[in-house]
Formats: sequence, structure tokens, C-alpha cells
Amino acid sequence: MDFELFTNILFATLRTGTPLILIALGEMVCEKSGVLNLGQEGMVLMGAALGFIAAVVTGHAGLGIIAAILAGMMMSVLFAFLAVTLVSNQVATGLALTIFGTGLSGFLGAGYVGMAIDGIAPFPIPFLSDIPVIGKVLFSHDPLVYFSWVMFALIFWCFRSTRLGLTIRAVGENPEAANAIGIPVMKVRYGAILFGGAMSGLAGAYLSLVYTPMWSEGMSAGRGWIALALVVFASWKAERILLGAYLFGAASIMHLVLQGLGFEASPNLLAMLPYAATIIVLVIIASDAAKAKLSTPLALGRPYRPQV
Amino acid sequence: MHSNKLTKLAMIAALAIGANAATAADPLKVGFVYVGPTGDAGWTFGHDEGRKYIVEKFGDKVETNYVESVAEGADSERVIRQLAAKGHDLIFTTSFGYMNPTLKVAKKFKNVKFEHATGYKRGKNTGTYFARAYQGRYLTGLIAGKMTKTNVIGYVASFPIPEVIRGINAFTKGALEVNPDVKVKVVWASTWYDPAKEREAAETLMLQGADILTQHTDSAAVIQAAASKGNYAIGYHSDMSAYGAKAHLTSTVHNWGPLYAAKVQAVMDGTWKSEDLWPGIAEGVTDLAPLNDAIPDDVKALVAQKKQAIKDGSMRVFDGPIFDQSGKEVVSAGTTMDDGALKGFNWYVQGVEGKLPNS
Repeated sequence: MDFELFTNILFATLRTGTPLILIALGEMVCEKSGVLNLGQEGMVLMGAALGFIAAVVTGHAGLGIIAAILAGMMMSVLFAFLAVTLVSNQVATGLALTIFGTGLSGFLGAGYVGMAIDGIAPFPIPFLSDIPVIGKVLFSHDPLVYFSWVMFALIFWCFRSTRLGLTIRAVGENPEAANAIGIPVMKVRYGAILFGGAMSGLAGAYLSLVYTPMWSEGMSAGRGWIALALVVFASWKAERILLGAYLFGAASIMHLVLQGLGFEASPNLLAMLPYAATIIVLVIIASDAAKAKLSTPLALGRPYRPQV
Repeated sequence: MHSNKLTKLAMIAALAIGANAATAADPLKVGFVYVGPTGDAGWTFGHDEGRKYIVEKFGDKVETNYVESVAEGADSERVIRQLAAKGHDLIFTTSFGYMNPTLKVAKKFKNVKFEHATGYKRGKNTGTYFARAYQGRYLTGLIAGKMTKTNVIGYVASFPIPEVIRGINAFTKGALEVNPDVKVKVVWASTWYDPAKEREAAETLMLQGADILTQHTDSAAVIQAAASKGNYAIGYHSDMSAYGAKAHLTSTVHNWGPLYAAKVQAVMDGTWKSEDLWPGIAEGVTDLAPLNDAIPDDVKALVAQKKQAIKDGSMRVFDGPIFDQSGKEVVSAGTTMDDGALKGFNWYVQGVEGKLPNS
């Protein structure tokens, strides 16, 4: 394998992993607060559709990104109202959100199919991008890739050494106890859900404004679900989400590259590779059953009724 | 409880379908079942254009209804049954996976005519139809063979089934006819629709030297990827020039309107019969999108000439001699592959690089 190909594979790996990281980090925060939101796919699609529409209408891709974040948050507010305020079943509500978002995004975006925009250009970081190999692989991306690293660092730090991280975890482990010591459980859950929505909307913008600057129905092609699974297999740890997403990205790229290199294997088998590799690696990392149990937020998916 | 809810939902759906019924004096009711959304700019979009064509042509003599994004399998049977029960006279089911559900419903509704796209099973009141898209592929292959500078052409494919393999072979045959040095590289994306993945497949092919791309997947991501690198691309299903006017050489397009109109007319006249229709360029069902101005005039003339030859029947795309990848002559000169052989294509012609995976 020649060197240029190798750097290109690594470059594409980061790009492929980015939407998964954004969605999965958002969902992780949400689940840490004890709320299981299965509406990722719907929120991503709404973000993609409204982000694209805003970019077309205003002519600014940057405004598209803001619109996408707002779209994701709007969808998640709906979810939060049903699941937190009205204490509905989280699984059913989340699924409904996905179905709703898929349909609504298709409806709103119908007039924008077949339109083309310039999208968001890559932003090579000065000096750093001149470093051989590493510069190309790490520092020649579009701004959202860097942003996903910033978010990763913030969330990692938040849950490792801040009061906010502790508060969110307390709410997700035992909302009654958290309430007893004066933590506003509802507010924390609302905040976590909103954050998840914003990240999913952003991931949608990544798809419709950066990756493939266009809108077509259902363009997320199941990434919301993959990210959901990733959160579980990563045992709710940000660093494992990063690892898993890039592993998934690398295997997806290898599926395509190996064929081009004349590697004789069934493409169906190769297409399975990303799923298999990610699951195997993350399961091995989390093979200590006792520890794995500890990492699951205890109150995950359990509705919380505030005591009056 | 759950089944109750489902029935209710089904009733609501049925009402919605029948909502605009009973307008003019007994219009012919035509139903369509789509596998994707009408906004996919690809397969389903093309069928819906066909539906609009008959609405325009027959005016209030027809009433059309469609149900989109219907999953293949059990779900589709329910939808087809509902359309039949709601008094549709002619129902088009437009995806391969609707084959058995269509036949099952057709047995119960003997007065309703069914037309199933891409299938191979027929019944008394069920016909099948498809387009000879490979004829368009062949013509675009001529263009690609003439336009490539690296002599490597990239092909983003979905799944190794005869329909897709036939397209790859027709394309390669065209390219090879005008450029004996050309190689067609195929990457299987293992999906019909995933824009991001289709784009990565395109990037991979360009990385390996391809300077012209084409695709047998449903989105326009491949066109976009080629455009972003200043390369050329050839689209499929619909005119994809909006995604990169400079890069887009042409597209093989489906034009179902005339076929649908003929079927509607046949039902109106009482002359409908179950048959296997496979129209192509001659009937106008397969065609090319407008050619890019970057294509030299002599190439345009060649395409026009071959198109005419296919139209008047003086040539067929898979006329011999045809060689397989090992250089063995499979179809000898003076003979041609029959439709049965075309529908079962499971080998690559000379010029395609790599081994055909077992599907």
C-alpha cells in the first residue's frame, strides 16, 4: 500500500467517523442523565433538512449550521416535554420522534431535492497542516471535524472533573436521591436532552452541508441508530465513543478501498466489517462484567415522577 | 389492543387513499406503490414522473393514487390489497420485492390488472415490465471511453445482481469499443442508497486513478464527488446535472410515461393482456439526459449514430463477439445474446477489472 493511499484512508476515516461522534456524544450525555432518547435518526434528519434549507435560502452555510442545531433542539424539546414533563414511556416516545422526524424532514425538504450548494469548505489549520502526513490526516479537515474534538474534550473533562458532570450522573443514577439533595432533576434532564438534540442536529448539518452538500430524504441512512448502539458498546465513556466511531469509519473505508485494490472477498462480508470490528473491540475492552454494569446509568429509561 | 390500533391506522390510511375518489364520470383508477420517497431524485422519482405523465395525458379520464416508501414484503401486500379493494383498475408495483405480494393479491382481485416492475413472475392479471437501461449504459460507455485521460473509469455499484452486472458490462463494452486501453474499476457499496457511503466509494475510485465515474446507486453523491475533484461523471435514473453541471457528462434516464400511458389505454380499450415488456431506447423508455458541451462533436455524432442503430434494430448492445475477462470468446461474431441470457448475466466482460463477487 503506498503512502499517499494510506494518508487518504486515515483522512477519510476521520471524516466518516465525525457524524457518529457528534450523535453519540450527545446521546451519551442524554443517557447519563437517565433519559433514553431513541429519536436520534429523526433529529439528525431534521437537522440535515432544515440546515440545508436555511443554507439555500440565506446563501450562508454557517446559518445553515445554526438552523440545524435549532432544528435538533426543537425536536428534542418535544421529546423532553413528552418524556420528562408528561412522564411518557421513553422508548415509545423516542421511536415516535424518529418516525415523525423522518416524515417531517421529507415533507419540508421536498422542494429542495435536486438543489446544489457549495457546502462548507475544508479549513486547513495554518502551519499544522504543513506537517507531513499528520498535517493531511489531522489538520486539513472542515471546521466541524475540529469541533467534534473540542466537544469530545469538553465532555470528557465535564464527566471527569466537574460538578456539572457529577450532577448529571447523579440524576441518571438515582433521580430521587438527587432530588433529595436539592438537584433540579427535571431541569438537568431537559438540559441533557436539549444538548443531545443540538448535537444530532449538528450531525445532520454535517451530512447535508459538508459531507454530501445536498438534501435527499432519509440521507442519514441509519447513522442515528449506529450511534445509539455505539453509546452502549462504548459503556457510556466518551473516549471509547471516539475510538469506536473511528474504528467504524476505518472499517467502512477499508470495505471500499480493499475492493479497489483487487482484494478478493465478498463485498457483503466486507460491508459487515465495520459493525463486527467495532462491536468486537468495544466488547473486549468492556469485558469486565462487574465494571460494565457500573457504567450503565442505573435510572436509564426509567421515568421520574417528581414527588410533590 | 395493539391489533386494534393497527386496524384503525390501516383504516385511516385507506380513507386517505380513497379521499379524492368519485370525481368525474367513472375515471379509470390507477394505483402506484413506491419503494422510496418520491423525492429521492432517483428510482421512485422516475416512476412518479410517469404517473404525472398519464395524469397530463388522460386528464380527468384517470384518477391516480400512490403510496410511497412502502417496505418490501408483508407491508407491501397490505398496501396493494388496500389499493385493489378501493376499486383501482390498474396497479403498478414498482420494486422487485413486491413480486410475490403482487401475485398473491392479484389472485384475490381477478378484475384488477397488476403491473410489476423488474420481476419475472407473471399471472393471468399480472404483467411485468422493465427498461433496457443497459442500452443507455452502453452509449454512456462510448462517451466515457473517449473522454478518459487516465484510461481508468470508476463504477460505484450496489449489489452483484444480473441487472447491475448487465449495466457494468454494457458500459464497459461501449468504452472498450472506442478505447481498447480502458479499464473499468468496480466498487460495491453494498447499499442502494447512502449518500455518504456512495461518496466515499467515489473518492476511493478517484484515488486509484479513475478520472470518470458512474454509479448504479440511487443518490447523486458520486456526481458531487467527481465535481469536487474536477473530474467527469455520468449519472443514472434521472438528469443529475444540478449536482455538478461541469462534471455531469450525461445520465441514463428512465422515462416510464409512454409505457404507463400505453397500459392505461389498453385497460380502457379492454385490450390489456399479461405480458413481459422490456422496452428501451427504441420506445423512448430509456434515454440519455442532454449531453455536456465538453463532449467533442465527433463523440456526440458517434453516440447519435449508435443510438439510431439501436433504435432501428440494426445493432444490439450485446452482439458478438463478446469476450469474458480471461479473453475467451463467449458470444461469437454474428450471434447475439438473447433476453434470457441478459436477464441472468453473472459474469464480467473483458475490460472490467477485478473478480465478480458471488452475490
